[in-house]
Amino acid sequence: MTHVIEAESLTKSFGATRALADVSIAAERGQVLALLGPNGAGKTTVVRILSTLLRPDSGRASVCGYDVLTQAVQVRHLIALTGQYASVDEELTGTENLLMIGRLLGLSRAAARGRAREMLARFDLSDAAGRAVKTYSGGMRRRLDLAASLLGDPEVLFLDEPTTGLDPRARIDVWDTVKGIVAGGATVLLTTQYLDEADELADQVAVVDRGRVVASGTPGELKTQIGGQSLVVRALDRTMTAPVALAVQEITGSAVDVRDDTGLVTAPASDPAMLAAVVRRLDDEGIAAAELGLRLPSLDEVFLTLTGHAAQDEGDEQTGRAA
Amino acid sequence: MTTQLTDHTTSVPVASAEPAGTGPAAPPRGAVASRVSAAKTLRQSLTVAWRNVMQIRHTPEKLLDVILMPAVFLVLFLYVFGGAVAGSTQAYLEELLPGLIAMMAMFATMGLGTSLCDDIRKGVFDRFRSLPIARSAPLIGSVLGDTVRFGAVMVVLTGFGCALGFRFHAAPLDILAAYGLAYLFYLSVCWISVLIGLSVSSPETVQGVSLIWTMPLTFGSSVLLASAATMPGWLQAWARVNPVTDLADSVRALTVGGPVGLHPLYTLAWAAGIVIVTFPLAMRLYARRV
Repeated sequence: MTHVIEAESLTKSFGATRALADVSIAAERGQVLALLGPNGAGKTTVVRILSTLLRPDSGRASVCGYDVLTQAVQVRHLIALTGQYASVDEELTGTENLLMIGRLLGLSRAAARGRAREMLARFDLSDAAGRAVKTYSGGMRRRLDLAASLLGDPEVLFLDEPTTGLDPRARIDVWDTVKGIVAGGATVLLTTQYLDEADELADQVAVVDRGRVVASGTPGELKTQIGGQSLVVRALDRTMTAPVALAVQEITGSAVDVRDDTGLVTAPASDPAMLAAVVRRLDDEGIAAAELGLRLPSLDEVFLTLTGHAAQDEGDEQTGRAA
Repeated sequence: MTTQLTDHTTSVPVASAEPAGTGPAAPPRGAVASRVSAAKTLRQSLTVAWRNVMQIRHTPEKLLDVILMPAVFLVLFLYVFGGAVAGSTQAYLEELLPGLIAMMAMFATMGLGTSLCDDIRKGVFDRFRSLPIARSAPLIGSVLGDTVRFGAVMVVLTGFGCALGFRFHAAPLDILAAYGLAYLFYLSVCWISVLIGLSVSSPETVQGVSLIWTMPLTFGSSVLLASAATMPGWLQAWARVNPVTDLADSVRALTVGGPVGLHPLYTLAWAAGIVIVTFPLAMRLYARRV
């Protein structure tokens, strides 16, 4: 089986900073591959190499079988990139931005105009089409950026932190868009700092830390490896913390962590049905909960489990751009 | 650091992951030429240039510097130096105005490097670079788009100069040649600005660096004085080999009369030389930097 995106033993240094120590990834057609990791892990560098913006020091990478170094032009015909910073022109209107991309892709004036209108409608930007992009909200900008990327019907889409800096609603909008893109048959490589985003969108996740892939698999496999979800309950009445802890312990059958300061009761939950059981039990006992739910481990917890150290910023990933 | 490297390629049967309705894998697109033809390069460059023009249409203030600078220079130099240098402001105007055209062919290029540096920082060029277009198109397009600014300079200088009493004493074709020459020279100097914009990391620095190299060339020339007779010998030598002198003398001769000499040829040779050196350098920097 050939992979649509393939990278083998990529390394890259910027001066003394080692951005990539050894990264190998692969994604199949129609899949979403997520690179999960903190700032400075090397995610952006991987994306920039795969999108022909940066040469690796060593290693090999290909998109749809075309080598990113020796067949960069062919690769550029197949890919689209939405960078970490919305790479649309702030001073132009939404329509003008898309017109420019359409014309650069070789469409006639009329075809570019039609395609721009179509994309603006698809991304719910028709009303703002004639406004300068600098008046757009963060979510609108990101949508325009995606529209620009998808205008040429790419087979492979690179999304570098597509939801960073967006409010929760805009975030969900972008998620829906990505799902639509994949449903259309494209292959997506996205980078993210959020486990829930990888869980929501990805078929495959590669956890990147300090320029290496430290774990990979489906979101399910990864969650099993890192302990999966936790059941979190906090009683409205703090004096009820003890019976809550007892209930959680009996239902989950595992050790319960009780925070004395906040009254938060946490336990690993292997089965989502446990949540319903806790709800019924608390209801029976007449205990009101201030907080009750299932929670994925945070990126910090993932990293603590996988690498033995916390996820931390290791310098500005922007070195990839400035160097 | 002992991070364990687990199975680091990810692969899973595609069937379960592929959404229904995707259909068979898209056929590979037809063979793609690995070089972009000259005609396509030009078209793509013009599209990028169109972008600059639209920016100016939306934000006309972008032209403020190239509108005010020549107007202020014209008034200041005319009334400060006019009497002392040429006996009367009227006489000096004929000497000064062509010189200012040459001066602005240098100064008006500064904005290009600044905006290029800004575009790169904002990621606009990342998009360009990931598109299947000619490598040179974004840079050539930016230069072509910037010519609007020099157009504004010419209009302001000519209009304002004539309002102050400037009169052409040359055939229309000569005048056209003078303006064309200034335009070509300006285009070549644009590439130096591109080079600076690509090699410096912040737009603010572009301004400073540009001033350092344009100042001695611009003022150490015949821009403000047609005759270098009163300058010390070393400065006369500098002014003589300075291409800005060739341009200023050419424009002067072609607009208000006088011997044209070889100055237009020298100007053209300089313009060609500058592009021959800076264009490949700019392309190399662009490939590495962005």
